[in-house]
Amino acid sequence: MTPVELFSLPFMQRALIAALLTGLAAPAIGTFLVQRRLALMGDGIGHVAVTGVALGLLTGTSPVWTAVVIAVLGAVLIEVIRERGQTNGDVALALLFYGGLAGGIFLSGLGGESAAALNRYLFGSLTTLSVSDVIITMVLAIAVIGLCVGLAPQLFAVAQDQEFARVAGLRVRYYNVLVAVLAAVSVTVAMRTVGLLLVSALMVVPVATAQQVTRSFRATIVAAMALGAVASVGGLVAATFASYKATVATGPTIVLLALACYVVAWPIGIWTRHRARLREPFPAGELPEHEACSEHPHAHGPGCGHLAVPHDDHVDYVHDGHRHAAHGAHYDEH
Amino acid sequence: MTGVEPAVAVRNGTVALGGRPILRGIDATVLPGEFVALMGANGSGKSTLVRAMVGLRPLVSGEVRLHGTPLASYDDWQRVGFVPQRATAAAGVPASVWEVVAAGRLTRRRLLRPLSRADRAAIDDALEVVGLADRRRDAVSTLSGGQQQRVLIARALAGEPDLFFLDEPTAGVDLPNQQVLADTLSQLKQRGATIVLVAHELGPLARLVDRALVMRDGRIVYDGAPLRDHEVHQPWLGEPHTHHHHHSSGPTDHVPGVVAPVDAPADRIGGEGR
Repeated sequence: MTPVELFSLPFMQRALIAALLTGLAAPAIGTFLVQRRLALMGDGIGHVAVTGVALGLLTGTSPVWTAVVIAVLGAVLIEVIRERGQTNGDVALALLFYGGLAGGIFLSGLGGESAAALNRYLFGSLTTLSVSDVIITMVLAIAVIGLCVGLAPQLFAVAQDQEFARVAGLRVRYYNVLVAVLAAVSVTVAMRTVGLLLVSALMVVPVATAQQVTRSFRATIVAAMALGAVASVGGLVAATFASYKATVATGPTIVLLALACYVVAWPIGIWTRHRARLREPFPAGELPEHEACSEHPHAHGPGCGHLAVPHDDHVDYVHDGHRHAAHGAHYDEH
Repeated sequence: MTGVEPAVAVRNGTVALGGRPILRGIDATVLPGEFVALMGANGSGKSTLVRAMVGLRPLVSGEVRLHGTPLASYDDWQRVGFVPQRATAAAGVPASVWEVVAAGRLTRRRLLRPLSRADRAAIDDALEVVGLADRRRDAVSTLSGGQQQRVLIARALAGEPDLFFLDEPTAGVDLPNQQVLADTLSQLKQRGATIVLVAHELGPLARLVDRALVMRDGRIVYDGAPLRDHEVHQPWLGEPHTHHHHHSSGPTDHVPGVVAPVDAPADRIGGEGR
């Protein structure tokens, strides 16, 4: 079967739609989680959702809906513990992590489910989506993206500084719960794509990649959504091509691709930050005495190869620990 | 004083943290247009009081009114600008100076509406006032501590409030930045804003202060003419009948060095005490 034929198959098209929407939705809400330094919240919710999936499999109802319900309950519980406890948000997360995972495996054992059924949700199985699965994914993902973008100013203010947001008259608690619910919904949306255990990667890794090179929040969230979409569609395509030669799981491919983007962006981020620090203008003001540089055969100028840094109304050329500024026919030490 | 609605009024306010009373029996009023400094040592409760005034700390008993309305039913938050005590304005994701200041405009924006021209003008104006208009595109985290403090003040300004609460805006800020802050606050004062400032040292802000409240161990121990920084920590709080030479009635002047050598305490004029 050629690739063109493969991609024209309905199940493959369903997989592409789901991958694209998940890739957009997960980093959108992930940006707000990272901003609040709750990067692991997605992971916590993912573990809680395992119980939801197992409950669905046990009772014979749709695992997606039971997962949504349990994940939302878990997310709100995390939020309440975080707000009330004030100190140990990470302990609350840990409790739910282990409770959710243990509960899920316990329940699925009780129901006598095969490991394969639960595995589809733990590690994702894009290519087994039914039409109704895709419609649910589309509705939920578009709702998440719409709310994240539409309420971005409010969510940004609350995540940036809760106390200021409260004095500004925002209902901070509602927005906190909304973020928790949106995170829970995108976890369940993404569970068929990358799986519950890897869901947090799609929420966090594109954001971490984007912020290597961005300076503003808006650029970060847009870049993260673009990177998430590229990683999940690219991962699906790569896994499909690779499957001609070997058994390749889609979910891990997507996550590895997202991580590869990070590995590329990281040194670029370090380099640009280093460069920006070097080129930052020197503080204004002159030394009290005038110190001329003795012998200076080299002529400084644009493109002379030395770092040029603005200083007051002129340019200092930096080399070998000196700052040289042209002064008539000679150079001054600044 | 009758007829003028106080901008802030605290009556018999008590605040407890975890069952332990932090503020007891606080009575304080701030009139419209006044610049009040809330002073005291670390742990004296001055930050807690300002947080109680904006509703971040619930009162165990007593009442806070803003513009005459009890805090519980107050909803005119666009009139209030709050500058919290922060070491940094940065969070987990980069944010530009403009974005942080724009968050202050939310008090006047409706849900799901784009920024209006008036919103943009107010944000630009706020950046201009604190002198950071040329840094608007930079990430907040790349600014110095004093500049970040100015970003937080611009954020409060963006909502165009007339009542400001500033919690230790001068802590850890160098003198040139404190000077910019003083100029900013003096502009606000001229526009008729009411300002409540928490500080343990006033520095260049001293000339703006109309009235000082000094707190000690959760109580207000002094309410009157501005004190100089060192007087706040003296047991007699620079009160006229124990310490100063001018009388309590009439305007008090604090011209430094106008003291008679005979009755000046030794600690006031260093080596000259005899």
